[in-house]
Amino acid sequence: MSSTESIVVRGVSKRFTMRYHRTLKQMTVALVKGQDLSDTFLALDDVSFTVEQGESIGLMGLNGSGKSTLLKLINGVMRPDEGEVLTRGRIAGLIATGAGFHPQLTGRENIYLNAAILGMSEAETNRKFDDIIEFADIGKFLDTPVGAYSSGMFSRLGFAVAVHTDSDIFLVDEVLAVGDKPFKRKCLARMEEIRKDGRTLFYVSHAAGSVKRMCDRVLVLENGRLGFDGPVKEGIRYLKYDDDGDDVSSENEQDDDENDSELGAEI
Amino acid sequence: MIRVPVPHTVDPATVPDAPLAPPGANGGLLDVFRRRYLLRLLVRKEIQGRYSGSFLGLFWSYVQPAVRFAMYFFVIGGILGLHDEVEVFGVHMFAGIVFVHFFTESFNAGTRSIIKNKALVRKMAMPREMFPVASMLVSAFHVVPGLVILTVACVAVGWTPDLVGVMAGLLGFVICAVLGTALALLFSAANVFFRDFGNVVNTLTIFVTFSVPMIYPYSMVEQRFRDFADYYLLNPLAEVVLLVQRCFWVGTTDDPTETIEHHIPDHLFLIGFGHLAAALVVLVVAQLVFTRLENKFAERL
Repeated sequence: MSSTESIVVRGVSKRFTMRYHRTLKQMTVALVKGQDLSDTFLALDDVSFTVEQGESIGLMGLNGSGKSTLLKLINGVMRPDEGEVLTRGRIAGLIATGAGFHPQLTGRENIYLNAAILGMSEAETNRKFDDIIEFADIGKFLDTPVGAYSSGMFSRLGFAVAVHTDSDIFLVDEVLAVGDKPFKRKCLARMEEIRKDGRTLFYVSHAAGSVKRMCDRVLVLENGRLGFDGPVKEGIRYLKYDDDGDDVSSENEQDDDENDSELGAEI
Repeated sequence: MIRVPVPHTVDPATVPDAPLAPPGANGGLLDVFRRRYLLRLLVRKEIQGRYSGSFLGLFWSYVQPAVRFAMYFFVIGGILGLHDEVEVFGVHMFAGIVFVHFFTESFNAGTRSIIKNKALVRKMAMPREMFPVASMLVSAFHVVPGLVILTVACVAVGWTPDLVGVMAGLLGFVICAVLGTALALLFSAANVFFRDFGNVVNTLTIFVTFSVPMIYPYSMVEQRFRDFADYYLLNPLAEVVLLVQRCFWVGTTDDPTETIEHHIPDHLFLIGFGHLAAALVVLVVAQLVFTRLENKFAERL
């Protein structure tokens, strides 16, 4: 049988250097006083897992546990210090709530630029342009520089472009944290479609409810180490996010989302 | 660590026809030229950005070189009296200015390009070489107004272009472009780690104006430096200026053969191709360094 892996992460570590003193003067003073010039911080520590094509993964963990770093490694923005990350096919998605937009460019220009970075051609973008602006729902602000957008509009536009790219792997990082309720619902519906299409979904969220709904496997990061890799229910229990979990799952979709965001905000 | 297998059946039709590979771009400069559409968008963005909100728009790119020309023409030519020493001094000088400006712009803007585009670099996987290359192309685009003014000036004073001259001009342009890209690549990466490099480049470019034979003729260097004049030509920009003077200026003088004899060094093309080869080596080195440093861009910006 030919291989069907979509994402392979093998023994990946990522260490960040924190510079305390950046100017020559500060560095000299620090040296004289015998302080450390820099400190390192292990954001990811020997993480390994394999994702098959079409799986939808919920990546969970407390703030600072390394979720966004892992997403950046999978997306290719960062490279691991040790180990390797391998992916198959085109990757689209959002990192840390917003896309890479140029604040001085208008929404329209950013759509074309962003789509081109994601690998779409001009014709492809033209074809999908109307769908994108309809999804983003930014109305007359289309020709306004995105620097002036509200945070909701900004992430709506980013999500809209990413979701319209023909990707094989779709990464979502807490977009739902900034969107309003109608937009959240639209996003979840769209992610559901992506999942049905057999594209790999990699979803970072604090919201137990939407992870339950959207994912069939959960990874939990704890201080940069993989603590849990398995079914969703057990994963959420492992994280102790299920204190009111039964209420969440039994409620309807709207309240479900409501609870999620509260839960996310608390923790 | 708890690991519980989750059964999953893969629909073979959904598996993309692509190998497992490290994500992101890994082809360096080759990727830049493979993705020309993206490059074009970035160049267009930069050009539009420079003139956005300005009433005269692109007209400014004619005003600036024209004013620069006038300044040097009157101050150096008139007050310092170079008009008497160098035939058609205006063209002699302006040919140099246009190309030196192309180089310093590529170098300066290229060095700042990664920092300026950090919003994209931090979040999108793409060949980061795009940014310095786009800066170089934007600077190349701005050579056009200068060339138009230069050509008009040449024709006005009576110009007989020749094929060898045109070849020299092209060679000069290519050296500028390759070296400008190489240095922009190198310094843009370094600038991410220490913003000092932006200032270093600014300081370096000041030297360029005076280290090339445009506000004074090469014959003067030969006269004063004698044997050291050969070392003077180790400066790639000095060679570029001589190449473009061979292209534009020589044809405007009364006796081109006499001008070449007197004001243009021997082996002009040999030295030129030597500089081109050296620039290509610098480009390869710059690419290697860039690839190494690039791994840390996202966390350092």
